[in-house]
Amino acid sequence: MGGDSRYLGLAYVAPYVAGLLIFTAIPFVASFYLSFTDYNLMRSPQWSGLDNYTQLFTRDRTFRKSLSVTLLYVFMTVPLKLVFALFIAYILNYRLKFINFFRTAYYVPSILGGSIAVAVLWRYIFADSGLVNMAITAFGGEPVNWFGDPSNALFTITLLRLWQFGSAMVIFLAALQSIDKTLYEAAAIDGAGKWHTFVYITLPLITPVIFFNLIMQMVQAFQEFNGPYVITEGGPLKSTYLLPLYIYEEAFKKFDMGYASAIAWVLFAIIMVLTLIAFWSSRHWVYYAGDKRS
Amino acid sequence: MAEQITVRTTPELESARTLAEGRRMHAISSAVRYALLAGVGFLMLYPLVWLIGASFKTNTEIFANPGFIPSEPTLNGYIQGWKTSTPYTFATFFWNTFLIILPKTIGTAISCAAVAYGFARFEFPGKRILFATLIATLLLPNVVTRIPQYLLFRDLGWLDTFLPLWVPSAFAGDAFFVFMLIQFLRAIPRDMEEAARVDGANTLQTLIYIVVPMLAPALISVCLFQFMWTMNDFLGPLIYLSSVDKYPVSLALKLSIDTTEAFQWNRILAMSVLALVPALTVFFLAQKYFIEGISTGGVKG
Repeated sequence: MGGDSRYLGLAYVAPYVAGLLIFTAIPFVASFYLSFTDYNLMRSPQWSGLDNYTQLFTRDRTFRKSLSVTLLYVFMTVPLKLVFALFIAYILNYRLKFINFFRTAYYVPSILGGSIAVAVLWRYIFADSGLVNMAITAFGGEPVNWFGDPSNALFTITLLRLWQFGSAMVIFLAALQSIDKTLYEAAAIDGAGKWHTFVYITLPLITPVIFFNLIMQMVQAFQEFNGPYVITEGGPLKSTYLLPLYIYEEAFKKFDMGYASAIAWVLFAIIMVLTLIAFWSSRHWVYYAGDKRS
Repeated sequence: MAEQITVRTTPELESARTLAEGRRMHAISSAVRYALLAGVGFLMLYPLVWLIGASFKTNTEIFANPGFIPSEPTLNGYIQGWKTSTPYTFATFFWNTFLIILPKTIGTAISCAAVAYGFARFEFPGKRILFATLIATLLLPNVVTRIPQYLLFRDLGWLDTFLPLWVPSAFAGDAFFVFMLIQFLRAIPRDMEEAARVDGANTLQTLIYIVVPMLAPALISVCLFQFMWTMNDFLGPLIYLSSVDKYPVSLALKLSIDTTEAFQWNRILAMSVLALVPALTVFFLAQKYFIEGISTGGVKG
């Protein structure tokens, strides 16, 4: 505003700038430095060059296992969750009665989110004689060994996060509701079927929120900790031992801060590369209304 | 004549037929939709409903009865679970959670409102770069800053206190909230603020008396989300708190899984129900703020 010092705005954002430096920027740089050191809290960090990274990529079998489990988890959970959230949002977007009721019902599991109580619940309902197996046997199926079998355990965590599709769905639903109805009418006059309308009108118009949800869900999935830590404790046979669990144990159980920082940086690099790929590719598939490029 | 009549009626009949068919198709497809939505809704809510029922069941019934209603309802799980196997009861753990949530929520609301005001209403050197860092922090995975943060708090002597859990938030550390408030402020016209300035109010007075009341709905969303997230936060307390008397509910629940004797399932389930009650109550009392908050933060961004 006129007459004010041009630095006045800085006074208001000062807390953010201070917080950014102290709690984000400096730790960010420090963690990069630590990843090249040997640091166990007993003595000051000792520079060890690329040792941590060579160790990780050539000798550490736990890391290899953990990395592949993490990638599997993310590539399984994120697409399933987005497709499911979009599907339900699409159905809810019809002028149905009780839409608010359903929206609330679907959103409740998300609000409880990473709560430990929900992870506890999951332990119980997927136990050998838990609710899920009781339901399966009631319908004449064979009970499933959800947590004991390494090939099922990770999927149980995925199911927990799929159950929390609500927040992605609310975002999709808001985007679907903002689409101009006349576009649908025009498509109907031109004789377009539902599928064509969805693929050629609906999908392109909501690509910005698909993009947003994709990035958010991916960053979140790569950092999944509570689910595997409480439900399966990383097992069996490390089949749910996601990288954040490994980092936690190296850093806060073994206090091997240098090595843990190196793992964190590998995880960060993967997230960064995938995010950059998403941003880079977005110019080819994300449509912004009023943008001449598309 | 007769021919004329047939010519005239046939299309009408046909259109009446297609209309009826269309209606029937519509009825079928909306029935399918409702069935699907109800089915998914059941899968969403039944685990929670079952949890509530199971917390009143005896330990033998929990893994034998898939239904909701306990055959011999008992409060045993609640009474024994509340006491825990530690010298403390869940009253301590709920109180600790409250002691973390209160400063964190207040600190978040004040700092984020001020910072959002600065970004949305002022031009200053370095604004574009700072705004870019805000977006970058939004995407920055916490995992990469966590270890040095721990070392910092250790050097400050803050380990095993609540400070590491809320102080960063009081510095507008949750970029998501700042971003949400900026979006909200940008949509509000500046007329009122300009009128206040003309009347001689300084920017701080304008912020407090004009902007904050207009921001109120968004600020409520911010507080509610922060409440939920803090209630659910597990990794933070796990890293920073080591004495049991400082544990919040999330950590105490994990502790009770590890320490409760085997076969005492209903204690853990009962305490899980209690852990979910505050979040659920707040959500149902104020759900419109949640849905609006998530839609503004997400879509307009």
